[in-house]
Amino acid sequence: MIKGNFIDNLPKVYGIYTGGFLGFIIIMSIAEQMGMTAKTIGICFVAFTVAIYAIIGYLSRTAQADAYYVAGRQVPTVFNGMATAADWMSGASFVAMAGGIYFKGYGYMALLVGWTGGYVLVASLLAPYLRKFGCYTVPDFIGTRYGGNLSRFMAVVVLTVASFTYVTAQINATGTIASVALDIPFQYAVYVGLISILLCSMLGGMRGVTWTQVAQYIVLIIAYLLPVFWISNKMGAGFFPHFMLADEVARIGELEQQFGFVKNAAADLKTVPKGLAGITKAHSAVNATPWAFISLALAMMMGTASLPHVMMRYFTTPSVKAARKSVGWSLFFIFLLYSSAPMLATLSKLSLIDPTLSTGIIGKSIAEVQAIDWYQNWNQANLMFVSDFNGNGTLELNEFFMGGKAVVLATPEIAGLPYVISGLVAAGGMAAAMSTADGLILAIANAISHDVYYKIIDPKAETAKRLVVARVLLVVIGFAGATIAALEIQGILGSVIWAFDFAMSGLFFPLVLGVWWKRANREGAIAGMALGLISGAAYLVWVRTGGSGFLGITQLTFGIFGSAVSLVAMVVVSLMTSAPNAATQRMVDEVRVPAGKSILGKQH
Amino acid sequence: MSKQEQHWEKSKGLLMMTLAIWFVFSIGIFLFGAEMNEVTGPFGYPLTYWFTCQGSLGIFVILIFWFANRQEKIDEEFGFSERGDD
Repeated sequence: MIKGNFIDNLPKVYGIYTGGFLGFIIIMSIAEQMGMTAKTIGICFVAFTVAIYAIIGYLSRTAQADAYYVAGRQVPTVFNGMATAADWMSGASFVAMAGGIYFKGYGYMALLVGWTGGYVLVASLLAPYLRKFGCYTVPDFIGTRYGGNLSRFMAVVVLTVASFTYVTAQINATGTIASVALDIPFQYAVYVGLISILLCSMLGGMRGVTWTQVAQYIVLIIAYLLPVFWISNKMGAGFFPHFMLADEVARIGELEQQFGFVKNAAADLKTVPKGLAGITKAHSAVNATPWAFISLALAMMMGTASLPHVMMRYFTTPSVKAARKSVGWSLFFIFLLYSSAPMLATLSKLSLIDPTLSTGIIGKSIAEVQAIDWYQNWNQANLMFVSDFNGNGTLELNEFFMGGKAVVLATPEIAGLPYVISGLVAAGGMAAAMSTADGLILAIANAISHDVYYKIIDPKAETAKRLVVARVLLVVIGFAGATIAALEIQGILGSVIWAFDFAMSGLFFPLVLGVWWKRANREGAIAGMALGLISGAAYLVWVRTGGSGFLGITQLTFGIFGSAVSLVAMVVVSLMTSAPNAATQRMVDEVRVPAGKSILGKQH
Repeated sequence: MSKQEQHWEKSKGLLMMTLAIWFVFSIGIFLFGAEMNEVTGPFGYPLTYWFTCQGSLGIFVILIFWFANRQEKIDEEFGFSERGDD
């Protein structure tokens, strides 16, 4: 089915798919009216969408190297934009972002600015040039530009460290959603999530992942936007929330003044379940120092431009021109979700804390709040908690606690939307986490199979054998990630941010200077990657084990230190050793113009 | 200067301009976050808040498309644009 004319028919195929999905939502809401239980609806949503992705994955199976590694380089700009947006927006973006904004306000918004601003760097510094290069993977570029197996291998190491840190968080997220929606223990749900992920990528590699990611983007964006618009209309806050919530934002400020941020005693806070937080920071006021904001934004921007699973999406476009445009489309599709997250946080917060709204709980008696249905549900799920610290029988702002995920997961229910929306949100979260996990696992497996196995160990291997190795690695890496995820070591968001810092520590300057500085040579690049990664990791360990840090660089921004070391090391070592040979210099010149053949052949 | 060098000079100029605009809206304005937030921005939101929710994000989207178009023009001007495979 997916042959020949498929590319020309894309708008039609995905148009029908979107219509079908909307139809499915309507059927589910009718079923809800007819008495289908909430649990069955949840199972239907997750099972139906995952089955569709698996079918797409099966139809995209391939035995061609260029289809497996770069989807045959024929993905049109707009569709590649959607696929990149799904690849990019992880379970963390989907489930935790609105919650982060809700609790931390301005200090957290640095992530929004960073995770979008990074695409300007991708579009202007890297993507078009790497596309012209014609590589299959990011280490493929490093290995060819700088030459030698060691530089290629170092790039694989950095890629693996960064992507693996990231992927455990994503498998964890699929496990969380699968365990809630299917009502099975987390330890098993993680493997259910993993198998769903592998179904998309095993047979078709990049081709399968591309077409499932487009499908996943459509599900996740509908699942995010529909509740935001619905809640906003239901609350009477505005028909188009993005342009109409100024009064609500101002009202939250007013209420913050009225209630005040009362600091809880340490002994009281001990009684609050782990992972829940109260509202302690202003919603729209500036509550962080300029450097705290800027350093976090900068780290995320440079990290964005260094993460291989994003970069490799731009290897799949038909031309250099298309790669540039495609970055713009990617960011546009990301913008749709990111600009909605603060609106959801605003609506969620106001509906809970405004005593004049029927949903508001602050100022009500504790007993009354504890009797509310949704409170009981989410309290049981360990995402909500109230306690009468001051013993006055009334709920105060500082006595109400919530988990970050609850903003996305519970707000529809609090606002009184039908359960079908909660099922939809579960499907959206699953799509977001799966699409990112697929991109990451594929990035690691491709780098090891193409760069380590084929380019270093066995350059004579047949295509069939290479693709078997690639698939075996995919499964092995997936299971390794799932096993670590099942241990539940760190929270979702923390490890996501670390991945950005690792990537920028080791890869940002070797990639950028590879295009923009002809004098950069092999020795410099190896020093830059090795010292950048090591110093970044050392800084993280130091701060985690009680080190004070310097220049306000925290465990969330250690990449700033790592990349600075990487830059200095790369420049100094490059200048101390001999300039790259004439052939390499010519290669850089060719990369800089879009016309002409790519540096590496179509099949390599 | 060869055609290729001229092309690269122009491309570098465009890069610098793009990075300058990027710098202003990702870093520059947030040096004055607290002061700017006193001002009412588009749609009635506090200005800094608006930039973090929509403003900077939207400007980045437009900036990338603008950059892509300008770079295409530069490539065409020097005859370096690709043919037939778009």
